[in-house]
Amino acid sequence: MPIVRTALIALRRDRGALALSFILPIGFFSIFAVIFGGQRDTTPKVSVLVVDEDHSAASESLVRGLEREGSLSVKRRPVSKQGAEQPEYTAATAEAALKGGTAPVALIIPSGYGKNPISFGAPQPNQPTIQLLKDSSDMIAPQVIAGLLQKVAMTSMPDIMAEQGSKYLDEYAGGFTPEQKRRIDAGLEELRKRESAESSGQEAAPADSNRGMPIPVTTRDVVGENKNNKMVSFYAAAIGVMFLLFTASGAGGSLLDEAESGTLDRVLSSHVTMGTLLAGKLCYCVLLAFSQLVLMFTWAWLVFKVDFLGHIPGFVVMGLSTAFAVGAFGMVLASICRTRAQLGPLSTLVILLMSSIGGSMFPRYFMSEAMQKAGLLTINAWAIDGFTKVFWRDEPISHLWPQVLVLLAVGIVLCAIARRLARRWEYS
Amino acid sequence: MAVAVSIPSSLLPLRVEGLVKRFGELTAVNGITLELQSGECLGLLGPNGAGKSTLIRSIVGRIIPDAGTVSVFGDPADSAGARMALGWVPQELALYPKLTCRENLESFGQFHGLRRDELKTAVDWCLDWAALTDRADEPVQHLSGGMKRRLNMAAGLIHRPKVILMDEPTVGVDPQARNRIFEMIENLRGEGVSMIYTTHYMEEAERLCDRIAIIDHGRIIALGTKDELVRNAFASRSEVLARFAKTDDSVAAWVKERGGILENGIARFTIDHATEITGLLDSAVSAGHELADISLRKPNLESVFLQLTGRELRD
Repeated sequence: MPIVRTALIALRRDRGALALSFILPIGFFSIFAVIFGGQRDTTPKVSVLVVDEDHSAASESLVRGLEREGSLSVKRRPVSKQGAEQPEYTAATAEAALKGGTAPVALIIPSGYGKNPISFGAPQPNQPTIQLLKDSSDMIAPQVIAGLLQKVAMTSMPDIMAEQGSKYLDEYAGGFTPEQKRRIDAGLEELRKRESAESSGQEAAPADSNRGMPIPVTTRDVVGENKNNKMVSFYAAAIGVMFLLFTASGAGGSLLDEAESGTLDRVLSSHVTMGTLLAGKLCYCVLLAFSQLVLMFTWAWLVFKVDFLGHIPGFVVMGLSTAFAVGAFGMVLASICRTRAQLGPLSTLVILLMSSIGGSMFPRYFMSEAMQKAGLLTINAWAIDGFTKVFWRDEPISHLWPQVLVLLAVGIVLCAIARRLARRWEYS
Repeated sequence: MAVAVSIPSSLLPLRVEGLVKRFGELTAVNGITLELQSGECLGLLGPNGAGKSTLIRSIVGRIIPDAGTVSVFGDPADSAGARMALGWVPQELALYPKLTCRENLESFGQFHGLRRDELKTAVDWCLDWAALTDRADEPVQHLSGGMKRRLNMAAGLIHRPKVILMDEPTVGVDPQARNRIFEMIENLRGEGVSMIYTTHYMEEAERLCDRIAIIDHGRIIALGTKDELVRNAFASRSEVLARFAKTDDSVAAWVKERGGILENGIARFTIDHATEITGLLDSAVSAGHELADISLRKPNLESVFLQLTGRELRD
């Protein structure tokens, strides 16, 4: 009992620890409850670019059906610029937009599609089929689109379904003469064989995995198709940034150690000013964080065959920008806290929160649109987006400016905040 | 007739004038004025909480005073010249525990802007002065308490300052290690540096300091050499210490009536002549107070402090 009593008194006197023990967990839980609990009302929408090259009644019915789908966000043209409406996407511009990360999937409805929009069984030779272009970094969206496409075909084109059905009936049945019956049996047998071959893994064309569906679709990776390991570079960045935040908070915490031991006072009584001291600590954090990233991506290159050497310039730009923002974040955390004991739990909570909504724990495309937007308030999201551009989309350095600009701006603002908060150490 | 000659402030190692520092309702330093002469060791003697450390931290620029000025060789305390001239040994062990002795000294030398060639000489001098040359490459966290104290002092001297502020450098040190520190300080004094030395140990102030300022409640209540302080407080009088077999209210009343001070069961009286002891003894016997022992001694700094404040130095 005396031990419990002593510990309780100590806890009661340490208001910071008390708050961290009881108030912060409730706050943290509430934030997650609000963010993730609210997803029921804001079902994540999958963005899809749609290009109608056919302009037939069938293709227009299909596009309208897709647009009516609540879970899809159909984009037929780029966002208006300064009020001027942009021209509709073409196959080429849609593919470029996909590579630029505008959406994870594009559907190209080819010219001539309307003549034979639905197939029962294998598509006819030379029959134009819908192309599904996808970004492999998003593993969910292409499957969602492929499935919804079939559903839309079944629900939004009843007339075409009937017309196609009669055509097939006419072609294969024609009054069910013995000959017709033989042909139907042969067709069924063929379907059975195909089913059997697909289930035993003998199907050679995964790109045509929608064969046998009412709407034949040809799928093609346009981003990441030549990558050795599709998600490794994503996770190298995602996990890397999260641990960078922990490292920076630990490195920033050395300020608190020095303040507690009196070393900070001694340093500040020399020629070193608080500005110089913070700048030195920041440089150390940036160096440490950048070294961690180098190690992380070198490991990914050696073990998981991520093409690190082919992306060195982009990596350096993103790595330094991220390390700067993260280092400044560590400085702010240390400046806010009064003791190491406060810094530990606070930094853990903040970093886990940032990492969860910023995409370090799981990709942001799993989240609702609102959550994805909230994620943009974190360093993690901008850093991961930048590294994805470098390693996944093979984009040139010039395309990294939004991420670099945001990370540098965040770093500068955080540095200014840390400098302001550090005034309490400057003089008593 | 003697004429007071004022020394130009640019020649004075340190001048503090009208310094005031308040923390909320508490006035930690209350209008202190003092001058440190060249080559002098000035002791700041006072109990814990008297304002010694606040005064030192104000001089070194770590506290912004509410009023008053500090100048070092005529320059403001926050000027680059003053910072280079001042060396501060804080009360805390302000060191990097994971760095070695040498690395600590190198770091603090660099913080003071020493060049590489100056740095090596300064580090070697500090290690030698602190008798830590053979432990130079040992991480600080593995050193004994006394060694850490010595390194803590050396780190404050790495830039070879002309004015040194030592804030209770012997706190928590055993008697043997304390003697080693005294020797270091005496060696340093031999080099002609000027020094302010804060302590609440009377014997340290008596041994090391040329002049002593007694501080209480943020004020200097007496300043001078030890002899001057004693003479001013006691003139040629002596001190009688009397311990009673039993101390109660009647004893306290008797001590007060006889003009003495009762502290921790010991009554202190000042007398002009030794023969006055007989009168004290007779009075105690007639009042029915049994004396355990009684002694006569020359007053010391502790007596002065008690005389001036009515409290013991270690209260």
